[in-house]
This record gives sequence, C-alpha cells and structure tokens, in this order.
Amino acid sequence: MNDKTPGSTEKTPRQIWMATLARASRSEIETLLGAPPAHEVLKAPETGTVMVEGRAGGAGRRFNLGETTVTRCVVRLSNGRMGFSYALGRDHAKARLAALVDAQLQDEAEGSALHGGIARLAEHQTAARQRASRKAATTKVDFFTLVRGA
Amino acid sequence: MYVAVKGGEAAILATHELVAEARRGDPAIPEISVAQIREQQALACARVMNEGSLYDSDLAALALKQSQGDVIEAAFLMRAYRTTLPRFGSSVPLDTATMSIRRRVSATYKDLPGGQVLGPTYDYTHRLFDFALMDSENVRVGLDPTISGREARPSTTHPSSGDARIKPEHHAAPLDAHMPRVPDILGAEGLMEAEEAPEGDPRPFDLTRDPVSFPADRDVRLQAMARGDEGFLLGLGYSVQRGFGGSHPFVGEVRVGEVAVELVPEELGFAVDLGDLTLTECQMVNQFQGSKDIAPQFTRGYGLVFGHAERKAMSMSLVDRALKARDFGEAADYPAQQDEFVLYHSDNVEAAGFVEHLKLPHYVDFQGELELIRRIRRERDERLAGEQDSKEPDAMPEAAE
Repeated sequence: MNDKTPGSTEKTPRQIWMATLARASRSEIETLLGAPPAHEVLKAPETGTVMVEGRAGGAGRRFNLGETTVTRCVVRLSNGRMGFSYALGRDHAKARLAALVDAQLQDEAEGSALHGGIARLAEHQTAARQRASRKAATTKVDFFTLVRGA
Repeated sequence: MYVAVKGGEAAILATHELVAEARRGDPAIPEISVAQIREQQALACARVMNEGSLYDSDLAALALKQSQGDVIEAAFLMRAYRTTLPRFGSSVPLDTATMSIRRRVSATYKDLPGGQVLGPTYDYTHRLFDFALMDSENVRVGLDPTISGREARPSTTHPSSGDARIKPEHHAAPLDAHMPRVPDILGAEGLMEAEEAPEGDPRPFDLTRDPVSFPADRDVRLQAMARGDEGFLLGLGYSVQRGFGGSHPFVGEVRVGEVAVELVPEELGFAVDLGDLTLTECQMVNQFQGSKDIAPQFTRGYGLVFGHAERKAMSMSLVDRALKARDFGEAADYPAQQDEFVLYHSDNVEAAGFVEHLKLPHYVDFQGELELIRRIRRERDERLAGEQDSKEPDAMPEAAE
C-alpha cells in the first residue's frame, strides 16, 4: 500500500506534518508537544462540517457524497507565528494542541526534536497502514474457472 | 390541514423517563458504551452515517445507543445535529484510485492488476449461528462453528502451518500501492462509456441547500442515493435485476478502504489533509449503448458510500444505471428508471416523518371528516327516501347500484 502519506504528490513539509497531526490522537500530540508554549487563541476550536465531494465513476462529474465533522483551530505564538489545525472529528483539545505544534514546527529548524518527533509519528502511521495492508493481503485470492462439459 | 394541539406536558415528561428506562433494559445487565458500539457494531454505524449524511462514527454510535438501535431514528439524530453546525466548505473531490485497499473484488476479471482481496467479508461464511459468541468473550474466530471455540491467541503465536484459514500478516507483502479502477481498464480499450467531468468541472448541486427540480442531473441523483435508505435502494436495485428496468450488470469492482479527504481553507490557500474516510465504492458494468458516432460500449453504474456498506453501494450503482435511461434514450417504464419517483421516496428520514406523523393527534381534521361522512350519509338517506316515494308505483326497474 502507500508508503507515503496518503495522496501525497509533491506535498510541502507543512502539508505532510498537518496530515500526520490530523491522523494522530490527542494524547500522541500532547506527548509530542510537551509543555505548551505561550500563545493566544485566534480562532477557538470550532466544530463544523465539510461537504465531501466524490466523482461519478471515480473520475467524472463531481457530486456531494455527504458531510463530515471537522474541527479547526488557529493559534498565535508570542513571536507572532500562527499555527493552524484542521482535522476530522470533534476533538477541541486536539485541535488546539495540533495548531500549537504546527506553529512551532514552522519556527524550528529541520533537525529539531519536534521535527524528529513528528517524523516518528508519521513513521508509526505508515507502519500501521502497512500492517493493515498486509492483513488485507492475506485474503488475496486466486479464483480459477471450471470448464463445464469438458 | 394539520391543526396543532396543546397540553400533555406531564405525560410527555413521563414518557421521556419511560423511554430512558426502556432504552436501558435490565439494569442488572452492564450498560453498552458508545465506544463498544463504534467498534463492534461498525456496519450499523456506517448505515447511520450514510442515511444521516454525516461522517462521524462516534456520533453514529451515540445515535444508535440513544435510539435503542433504531437506525432511522439514529439517522434523524445525525441530520438534526448536522443542521446545528457551520459548514467550513467543500472538500477537494475524493480520489478513490488512491484508496488504501482493505477489500477489492471483481466479478468481471479473474486476474486484476493488483489482485483480488477478499478482506473482511461475510460472503463466504456459512450463516450458521456461532453460539460461542453468545457465552464467551474474546472468541477471535467467530464466523464458523467449525473454527470458533479456539481462544484468542496473542498475535505473535503462529498458527499451525497447515492451517489454510489463518495466515499471519507478517508473511504477506503489502498490497500494491496502485490499484486501477476496473472500468478504467475497460476504458483504456474504449469498451467502457467514458466518465469525464463536464466542461469547467462545475460545483455539484447540493440538495441540502437548494430545492430539487426534475429531470434531476446525475450529481443530484447520486447525492440523493448516497443519503437514501438502503432498503429502498436495495429493493429498487433488485427490481432492475428482475426485469423491471432490464439490466444485466456485472460487478466490475467493489472496493473498500481508506481515502484521504482534503480541504483548501481560504486562509491557508493550500490543501490540508483532514484524515482518512472509510469508503465503499461499486462500479457496475452494464450492457451496451452506442450511437452513430460512438461504437457500442459498456455502460456504467456508480455507487459510493461512507463506511463499509457494500449492499448500499451496489444498490446505488444499479439504480444509478437505471436512472440513466433518459440519457441513453431508453424507455423509462419502471420505478427505478424514474428520477422523480426514486428521489422523492429514497430519503427515509423524510419518509418516516410523513408516515409517522399520522399517529400524532389529528382530532380537528378527523372531526371534519366525521362531519362530512355524516352529512353524505344523511343526504344519501334523504335522496333514497325521495326516490322511494317517487318510484313506489313500478317496483325495481333496474338492479340497485
């Protein structure tokens, strides 16, 4: 299955870490962040919906499949750096923590502990996807046709 | 006209208490948790998400708990909750070709690029009760009485190598990253009706915001079916197969798995990956259509739904094809081919509302009907009495009406 972050074609590092944060649990992000830095909440965590669009036949005309819950949050660190979080679900605490991580990751150099931490989280997510894929692969089937009246 | 009634507050409060008691059942039995429903009744949750038209498995589980497992009541709760939320926007259209496959089968090709993957399915179970699930916890293999009864093993233990039924996943290589959609394989040969976005890739119609008019376009039909009742669509799909819509389709592909969903927030201006949705997609391959300009091709029916919900996706794809009758110049003689019939009756929350409102007090309406029927009978009696008087001389010229 996908070794990369799902749907990742030429994604920016920020897009990749935001995808990782969206899939992480609240406690994983809490552990990653450690003590939250001083910040103000520009847009308090808010739950709304996003209308999910599909395409007829997979590639044709767009249609509305249905909505999904999404929670977003915007924070600003004391140095002015803004952090955003958008993720499926309704976890307000997670949204705020993820926005903080997003702000800090933008500020920090590539080799920082936080960058290392998010990379490890992404690896865990990839490993989990691979495990699921291997489980599915155990049910791979070879049907063969029986010729009748031969 | 419905005339409202007042009063009954005390009785209504009391019924709320009673329904809470009924929902809880025997207090000696442990209460079920929302997480248990989410994890162990996931297919029911998928149905609630589809018919509630809101993807959130926690809320679907809560809705099922609150409604005592009444799926339509649960869908109603989802719909009601949805209306309280702001909408942040529309996603980037999903690309189901990037799905992380958990299950993928085709009835048209034995050897597919990427292979056929049965995944978790009840298709090959014996439909015999497994009573082991009734009395004991942690029965791992619970689909077939010939296998169950074994205790759950830690995943590190290897089952005996001769056991064809259980293959440990660490022996298997992950699936291919790219699994082409089956109709695209036929499409490459030109044998499949092309499925392309119309000029300018227009925003889809949203029936939650604008009133539907007929004939309805494909985007409207697909949205209505995605939130439509599974049973209704199953019945219509079945009717098509049985000859009420004449179609002899093949499952080109059913795939189940996770697809990333992205949103481009205005303030960021780039696509943000929101996480993965579990989806089921069905591509139905139907018989040919052609014209002066186009050589005969297979035609498509498409189904896409939330969660693992194959029956729903398949039914949707059957009805999708049936509803294309007009586009192909076919006669639309049967219910499944008539968009107005299908779209107006597929929404089970609306249907249940209208059917079930009949049990609410209609005292004033009924009083009106009572008065009407009494007047009609009175007038009839008077008319008969009058006729009797005038026709008394020559008795019974014709048989009575």
